[in-house]
Amino acid sequence: MTQWMDEEAGPVVRPYALIGGRTRSSGDTLDLIAMVTSTGAISSDGFVPGPEQERILAMVTTATSVADVASDLNLPLGVVRVLLGDLQDHKLISIGRASASERILKEVINGLRAL
Amino acid sequence: MDFGPSDEPVALKILIAGGFGVGKTTLVGAISEIRPLRTEEVLSDRGIGIDDVDGVEGKTTTTVAMDFGRITIREGLVVYLFGTPGQERFWFMWDELSYGALGAVVLADTRRLTDCFPSIDYFEQRGTPFIVAVNCFDGADRHEADDVRIALDLDADVPVLLCDVRRRVSAKTVLVALVEHSLKVLTASQS
Repeated sequence: MTQWMDEEAGPVVRPYALIGGRTRSSGDTLDLIAMVTSTGAISSDGFVPGPEQERILAMVTTATSVADVASDLNLPLGVVRVLLGDLQDHKLISIGRASASERILKEVINGLRAL
Repeated sequence: MDFGPSDEPVALKILIAGGFGVGKTTLVGAISEIRPLRTEEVLSDRGIGIDDVDGVEGKTTTTVAMDFGRITIREGLVVYLFGTPGQERFWFMWDELSYGALGAVVLADTRRLTDCFPSIDYFEQRGTPFIVAVNCFDGADRHEADDVRIALDLDADVPVLLCDVRRRVSAKTVLVALVEHSLKVLTASQS
C-alpha cells in the first residue's frame, strides 16, 4: 500500500492505529520464538480480522515464529503481539512452544556441523 | 526414531552476548540469514541525557531496531540467534530475550575483557548455559583459553574457546560447542 513512499517517510498508517491504540493484549507474553499456526477456523463470533491480521493468517498456514511474523510484516513487535493476541482470542491461530529434547539438540549439533 | 517433518515444529533460541563492538553481529552474519526486527521499548530514566526527548517529553517509547539470525536445520527445526543489546540501558530487554533460551555465547575481546563481565554475571545468575568465545582480533594477543578462564573466574565446566567470528567455519564451531554444552547441562539436569 505504500510502495510509492520511501522507507524514510515511515508508514502511512501509524502502527498503533492498526490496533486501536492498544498496547495490551493476550499476546503480550508471546515469546519471540513461539510458533504461530493458523487453525483454519472461521470466526463465529463476529470478529473480522483486519488487513494485517489477514496477512498474518496467510503467512502462518505453516508454523512461523513470532519473530519471523514481525520481521515479514515490518511492524514493531509490540504491535504484532497485539494483532496475534486478537487472533488467538478468536481461535484463528494456535501458538505452540515445543521445548528442546535431547534428540532435538543432537539433531541441531549434526545440522550445524553439516552447514 | 522419527525425524520426519511431521514432528511438531521446534524453534530454538541462542543468545549472542558481549560488549559493544566485540563482533556479535559479525558472528550472526557469518553463519545465518539475517532478518530485521523492530521493537519498541519504554524509555527508562537510564536514557536521560542520552535519548534526546526535548520537545517530546510525553514520548515514553522508542523504536529499537535489531537483527536476528535464522538457521534452518530442516523443515520444522529452526535455530534463532539473537544478539543482546550492548548498551547498558537496554538491559531490560535481556529478560525477554533470554526467556527459554537454549544457551548463550559470550563473546570476549581480550583487550577489553571487562566488557563481558556483565553478560557472564547475568547468565550465571539466571542459570542459562553459556560458553565464552574469545574473538581473536588482528593484533590482539592470543591469550590461551585457560588464561581467559582464570581472568574471568569461570567455573571449570564452562567451555572457553578461541574463535574468529568473521570465518563461517569458526562461527560454526562456536555454535556447535554451545549446543553440546547445553545438551550436557540438559542431560545432567535429567539424571
